[in-house]
Amino acid sequence: MFTPDLVDALDGSDALTKRRRAAADRAVAAGRPSFTEEVWRYTPIDDLDPAQYAFAAPGGVRGPAGLMSGVDDGAAAVVHISNGAVVEVSVRADGVRVDTLGNGADDLIGTVAPEGPDVFGDWNLALATAPVAVSIDPNAVVTEPIVVHVHTDVEGLAWFPRLVVMAGRTSQATVIEHHTGGDALALISPLTELSVGDGAHLGHVTVQELGGAAWQIANLCSDVGRDANLRIGHVAMGGDYARARIGTDMTGRGGHSEIDAVYFGRGTSTLDFRTFQTHVAPHTTSALLFKGAVDDYARAVYTGLIRIEADASNVQADQTNRNLKLSPNAWAESVPNLEIENSDVQCSHASSIGPVDADQRFYLESRGVPTDVAEALVVRGFFDEVLDALPSEQISASVRRRIDELVSDADFTAAL
Amino acid sequence: MSAPTADAAHTLRIEGLHASAGDTEILQGVDLEVSSGRVHAVMGPNGSGKSTLAHVVMGRPGYEVTAGSVTLDGVDVLSLAPWERAQAGLFLAMQHPTEVPGVSAAQALAEALALRAGNDSSSAEQLERTRSLLEAEAAAVGLKAELVARPLNVDMSGGEKKRNETVQLAVLQPRIAILDEIDSGLDIDALRACANRIEALTEAGLGVLAITHFTRVLEYLRPDEVHVIVDGRIVDSGGPELAEALEADGYAPYLPQEPDAGVAVSIGGLGSTPAVGTGASGPEDPFADPWADPLDELG
Repeated sequence: MFTPDLVDALDGSDALTKRRRAAADRAVAAGRPSFTEEVWRYTPIDDLDPAQYAFAAPGGVRGPAGLMSGVDDGAAAVVHISNGAVVEVSVRADGVRVDTLGNGADDLIGTVAPEGPDVFGDWNLALATAPVAVSIDPNAVVTEPIVVHVHTDVEGLAWFPRLVVMAGRTSQATVIEHHTGGDALALISPLTELSVGDGAHLGHVTVQELGGAAWQIANLCSDVGRDANLRIGHVAMGGDYARARIGTDMTGRGGHSEIDAVYFGRGTSTLDFRTFQTHVAPHTTSALLFKGAVDDYARAVYTGLIRIEADASNVQADQTNRNLKLSPNAWAESVPNLEIENSDVQCSHASSIGPVDADQRFYLESRGVPTDVAEALVVRGFFDEVLDALPSEQISASVRRRIDELVSDADFTAAL
Repeated sequence: MSAPTADAAHTLRIEGLHASAGDTEILQGVDLEVSSGRVHAVMGPNGSGKSTLAHVVMGRPGYEVTAGSVTLDGVDVLSLAPWERAQAGLFLAMQHPTEVPGVSAAQALAEALALRAGNDSSSAEQLERTRSLLEAEAAAVGLKAELVARPLNVDMSGGEKKRNETVQLAVLQPRIAILDEIDSGLDIDALRACANRIEALTEAGLGVLAITHFTRVLEYLRPDEVHVIVDGRIVDSGGPELAEALEADGYAPYLPQEPDAGVAVSIGGLGSTPAVGTGASGPEDPFADPWADPLDELG
């Protein structure tokens, strides 16, 4: 499994190596996570068998385009990271810089998440073999997306992708992170840091379409500066167990964040989402919308915390999670939480879990739409608002098509 | 029965219909027959089973038919799924049209029309044609054209929803349409526009079963027959003059606690004050309708 001595074999500056060792020590001290901890509740984390995986960075070929078909063509930059190694970096637009290990990335790692946020985050800092830092120059307006493909197709591999995005003050850019994998049994534990400078507008979309044997334990940490705007999109379609812990720290007055997620669980997959909307500064807003469907024997877990710190007055924070249960054997859990230490705030949360709405289905049927088509329309319609909200129209369109394919093949009647 | 032709008459026949919701029997033997080109009004007091009748005929989940039959041109409607009933030529304009997020009328009706035309699924061309039909019909009832492309009934006013039901009715061109409180939520201009459009369709052969609390809509729909439903049974039937009598006297003569119950037939017309459009002027909020059937929300 992962041991602190693995750090010694990695490249990087002395300062980074020192931080890696400290992170490894923290991770060892933390030990193995267990489902008895609230943040791992409802997960199969106790099934994690370290002996199944070998830590390495063999590199390899680019991953498939998948849901990203055509997106690279006009991209401002394209990066391919496969099986622990950077295999291609191509920057095509002004105002964008891509740095790698030993070439500028070392000092940027940990800007937003110097430690943690959990044991996998610490292991990530200790053992990230191919960290990539994307920097947007101050004032730069990058209209086309910056695309980072992360691909894993080596059987039994464990590795720690790390991406740091530094959006300079009043810059504008969108970064798309694309995770693919074949049928390999692999453990991928990425950590993404988003630093949104004052007045900057940053979009970040994760598109996760891993194979059915992969475990992904992902962390996303972000820091939103003064009057800055962060739009996070998350699309989760694959994996045996795919977890995303997404945190937005609203540290600059006037900052705004949005998190919109689409997920569709099939087979026996477990999709696990933990969100933390943390308001540190006053006059900050955040909005969260997670919409997902579970079919077959799939499971989905959503737990979200809105945390308002004592100094954060004049805050508005919303959180909504909606789940469609498309099969009698599918399962979903939704746990919204509020933790408020300032009374001058407006917060709301809502969640639901249920089958295709019978009234909606009957309404469409009463127009002459056959049951299966009516259900497919209702499911597509369910995702409509959140797809519209993703910070990339290209991704919205391709995910919409994928959902259309999934629902037109499915038979949901059994779930009712 | 002769083989159907393009202008063949169609008949919806309801015989001895009993239906329950949960443990409550709501319909207790309804007999009604609606044929092409005819307009039947069904009126009744709170809880009489009016909306249940509409829902049961269309097949809304939540009701159990315990006896009786419903046929359309001899075909057993009750054995069909709701969408098959619609494809066979029935339509239900709902009292409270359901919001369907993310699904437009054009999408839904394109699917229905594609199936009717014998296609498996709707094509882009079918969608475009359906959208054009909907926009033309929207203009006919004064509904903003862009609303037909919006998600069904989402963020629409009560009046827009009812106009939207009428628009869909006109595009689908069913054989028999059941209108469940089509007048609720409509101002007088909208009511006139919707009723005129429906009346034009009846002149082209549509049969109508209009369920209503108020006679106001009947000024425009001009029923051929009026039926009174009380406690899940049709207790009286007559011509338009029956509606006028109801307008004047209410349902009291039909209710069991009234001393003159059972002589219902005698109230038709004679001596009653014509009070159309006054006595039953509806409340501002149609959904606060004092007549609202509490069983509407079942299922």
